[in-house]
Amino acid sequence: MKQVINSKPENGLLDSEANAENGKKLNTTKLLVLPAVLLVIVFLIFPLFQLAYNSFFSPDFTFKHYLRFFQETVYLQVLVNTIKVGLYVTFITLVLGYPVAFLLVTVSQRMQNILLIFVLLPFWTSFLVRTYAWMIILGREGVVNKLLIYLGLIHEPLSMLHNSFAVLIGLSHVMLPFMIFPLYSVMKNIDLDLVKAAQSLGATPFHAFKKVLFPLSVPGIASGSILVFIISIGYYVTPALLGGGSDTMISQLIAQQIGQQLNWGFGSAIAFILLVVVLIILSLFNRFFGLDKISFGP
Amino acid sequence: MNLSINRVIVYIVASLVLVYLMLPTFIIIPMSFSSASYMQFPPPGFSLRWYEAFFSDSLWMNSFFLSLKLGVVTMIVSTILGTLASVTLARTRSKWNDLFYSVLLTPMIVPLIIIAVVIYGFFTRLHLQGSFLGLVIAHTIVAIPYVITVVLGALRGFDIFIEQAAVSLGAHPFKAFIKITVPIISPALLSGALFAFIASFDELIVALFVSNTFTKTLPVKMWEGMRLEIDPTMTAVASVLITISIALLLSVELLKSFGKQKKVLK
Repeated sequence: MKQVINSKPENGLLDSEANAENGKKLNTTKLLVLPAVLLVIVFLIFPLFQLAYNSFFSPDFTFKHYLRFFQETVYLQVLVNTIKVGLYVTFITLVLGYPVAFLLVTVSQRMQNILLIFVLLPFWTSFLVRTYAWMIILGREGVVNKLLIYLGLIHEPLSMLHNSFAVLIGLSHVMLPFMIFPLYSVMKNIDLDLVKAAQSLGATPFHAFKKVLFPLSVPGIASGSILVFIISIGYYVTPALLGGGSDTMISQLIAQQIGQQLNWGFGSAIAFILLVVVLIILSLFNRFFGLDKISFGP
Repeated sequence: MNLSINRVIVYIVASLVLVYLMLPTFIIIPMSFSSASYMQFPPPGFSLRWYEAFFSDSLWMNSFFLSLKLGVVTMIVSTILGTLASVTLARTRSKWNDLFYSVLLTPMIVPLIIIAVVIYGFFTRLHLQGSFLGLVIAHTIVAIPYVITVVLGALRGFDIFIEQAAVSLGAHPFKAFIKITVPIISPALLSGALFAFIASFDELIVALFVSNTFTKTLPVKMWEGMRLEIDPTMTAVASVLITISIALLLSVELLKSFGKQKKVLK
């Protein structure tokens, strides 16, 4: 299509006439992108530069906000905790998502459409609603406790809310579709007969998985993992509602410093650190796999 | 066959994961019909009291309609801007296009909390903080990448000769686009629009920073409720939201299959 627009007129009056029309249209066509681009530049890109500026110049040029973040153990702990939660969630969603993607590509088309709804529905449901549901399920008077007491397995309700366990359950639930979709779209294009061929030549199922299916699905694993990791480390709602005091993540720290304490210098520095981490990960991914391999939706 | 045993194990694990994915939805809906005055599982009886509490509370309703209005306005603005931008990206070749594309996808890559604080800081200076206009601008920025990814795909798969034929027969380029191209890519346009609506309707973090007491969106109101106490009214609110999500999801899936059929016909 692009070639069509740029192709030279080959013969005949009609062609050159149509091209003259196109030439005029092309100029206005080029401008149509501008309203959206300007909106994003004015209200997001420009303020992002201001954020960077604030982190170094408040009040005068200083590194003190960055030094404070990396020198005080409280803040370093938040950073470590954020990365740890990100890695755990990535690992959990990979282990849980892989079998689902495999199931999706091996069942009939009809079944596949039905099962996809199971993944799409939570994806479309507000994460606030889902987090709320986990509060009900895991609470002291919640579903899990009631069930365990009814079964006689425990006598006192367990406290499953406001700890790392709850954060991992809730966050993995929110992130699972982001892992399943890239895995699914890569596996869809793998010839599963290759796995069968390996096995008929004597490979054990595990060996066939390790040597054939797994290497072929690496692009899906990479893109799903990157996506889950970068979204997780910036996530705010789930850790704030399901986590306890020691589960504070970097996004909560940013919200607290800027939203409550109006500490723009320090808050901007933390936000800028998070932004830089995300951009570094994305550019590394871009170098090895290409950013167009990341799909944000189904 | 040892293969099938392994497969059965993988399938069982996968099914359990699917149950885990659906669990919140399936727990919350029955709870919303509970007759108990506090959270109790299993619900002791059936009642519609929490729906009544939701629909008769003016504060909840204000937030609900504000979010609906905001979602619809955001949907319209971001679909128009996103579609216009997609036309440039799909049909012109310019060294700027890659840069424009990256700029337009930035809101998808930057963590929402960062978008929230920078827009908050900027809006405070412009006196847009707490205004409906401010919320529309912020949500449009968040929604534009969704529209662009969907619509750009459809425009790239669109045969531009049909539109050019209309132009060479004398139609104004804009009219040709509206009369010829828009109807053909309408499934993608509608999916993009619904994505944009839900992106705004469910959006919490940016709204937390941009809204004030008078412009409290539904997610912000829910968030406040969730931090204070477990109020069973919320189960009704959540169930209403789940119903809206199901309706939107089914529409998008129908539109997708409709779009595929069109391609086959072509």
